[in-house]
Amino acid sequence: MSAAPAPARPIVEITRLAKGYRRGDQDVPVLFDISLVIPEGDFIALMGPSGSGKSTLLNLIAGIDKPDAGELLVDGEDITQLSEAQLADWRAAHVGFIFQFYNLMPVLDAFENVELPLLLTSLSRRERRERVETALSLVGLADRMEHYPNELSGGQQQRVAIARAFISDPTIIVADEPTGDLDRKSAGEILGLLRRFNEEMGKTIIMVTHDWHAVESARHVVHLEKGELVDAPAPHA
Amino acid sequence: MYYLRLVFKNIFRHKLRSFLTLVGLVVAILAFGLLQTVVNAWYAGSDMASAQRLIARNAVSLVFPLPKYYRDRIKAIDGVTAVAASNWFGGIYKDMTPANFFAQFGVDHENFFDLYPEFRTNPEELLAFKKDRRGVMVGRLLADQHGFKVGDVIPVKGTIYPGNWEFVVRGVYEPADDTTITRQLYFHWDYLNEEMRARTPRRAEQVGVFVVQIADGSRAAEISQAIDREFRNSLAETLTETEKAFQLSFIAQTETIIMAIRIVSFVVILIIFAVVANTMAMTARERLAEYATLKALGFGPAFVAALILGESS
Repeated sequence: MSAAPAPARPIVEITRLAKGYRRGDQDVPVLFDISLVIPEGDFIALMGPSGSGKSTLLNLIAGIDKPDAGELLVDGEDITQLSEAQLADWRAAHVGFIFQFYNLMPVLDAFENVELPLLLTSLSRRERRERVETALSLVGLADRMEHYPNELSGGQQQRVAIARAFISDPTIIVADEPTGDLDRKSAGEILGLLRRFNEEMGKTIIMVTHDWHAVESARHVVHLEKGELVDAPAPHA
Repeated sequence: MYYLRLVFKNIFRHKLRSFLTLVGLVVAILAFGLLQTVVNAWYAGSDMASAQRLIARNAVSLVFPLPKYYRDRIKAIDGVTAVAASNWFGGIYKDMTPANFFAQFGVDHENFFDLYPEFRTNPEELLAFKKDRRGVMVGRLLADQHGFKVGDVIPVKGTIYPGNWEFVVRGVYEPADDTTITRQLYFHWDYLNEEMRARTPRRAEQVGVFVVQIADGSRAAEISQAIDREFRNSLAETLTETEKAFQLSFIAQTETIIMAIRIVSFVVILIIFAVVANTMAMTARERLAEYATLKALGFGPAFVAALILGESS
């Protein structure tokens, strides 16, 4: 199902996707027959009550988990066919992650945290430095490069995480409750940054959220309930 | 390079924990080394045993001596090349503190050192020893520990052989290798025998053990049996065994202690493993989210495993 008329070529194509988990000797189905197309440059908010399968769907799109059935194409590549090692390489090249609790490495400073994904590329040290400095400037932390996570506020840490997510110029950005641990002001700044990256750089963002303010930043909203897609509201943008 | 930096930074993340783990490991390794050294030291005597030397002793017990004349009869047995008497003296030097304890043996001065080529002697000193009835040869370690040098008089108070005895250092023998023990004193069995003849004649002409040199080590069992057969049904039957077996029989008396030390040393190793495993598990558990993040970012399982191993080692 397409949430809205596609403004560009499809970047994520999901067809009849299903996923369940095994708990003890019981199969617990989480997602049923999900079909969805996300166009390039879109900013999708995935909403739904707890246990509706939002994070599971996000993990599948990001190549962290594998579906039980169905097809999942990202930028034309069926990632369900990739091995664990291939998926790791694929994630490094195509996915930027933003987590609710930032997930920065506490022993690395802001510069080193942002540099992490670039270590998996063939960029030289000088090129990496230039990119990291640019990314941190874009998120407004040029003066905090040598600060460690415990020396930064929650909002600043999330901005470092955003810089880390965008640094390797990924195909898609997945954000799992990026404002869930932030106060209203910091959350607004983070959403502003995401919107800016989406609008000015054309980055495709898929965001799981419970926050209606966050939903307002998205172009489209997709609702999940009990593992199934329900009608999405009209886009804001 | 980056990997090493990350490992290094994580090691010092919990400084106190790293320090205590390190101290624990160092203490455990030292304890293991110490215990193993004790066990090895226990077996040191048997390490220097030669396959070409047998020890013939009284079959009833080491406490009972053998008649001196057995020497010639043993020497006549096929395969035997030399025989020397050796008698535990058990005297006290200065006092009974462990630091002043050392073994003293009355030996056949003429050939004893020929049977023990691992005791490196100076020919002139050996000659002087042979010529002096009260002369003794002391091992290098013993000489260094007590400052004994040629010409010194060593007063020893007899216990098994009562009286005050005075020995004159005529030479210091050197070890051939690390397994050679040089913490003994050797004096003339003849001197002991003469004194016994004068003081308690019924104890004269008796020897503790005979050291038997054989030409072919592979015939040790056969020759041992031949010696024991020679004295079967006599007043003093013999029990002949290889020098190594003889030495190990002393260790066997304390085998339970050795076993306990060995068990403790292996328990120490287990503790080392447990400490390492616990630290690894604790570190890994605490940082599951970090490992998950690294994997999500595209770092492979091998990198994460190497990170855990690197920080643990």
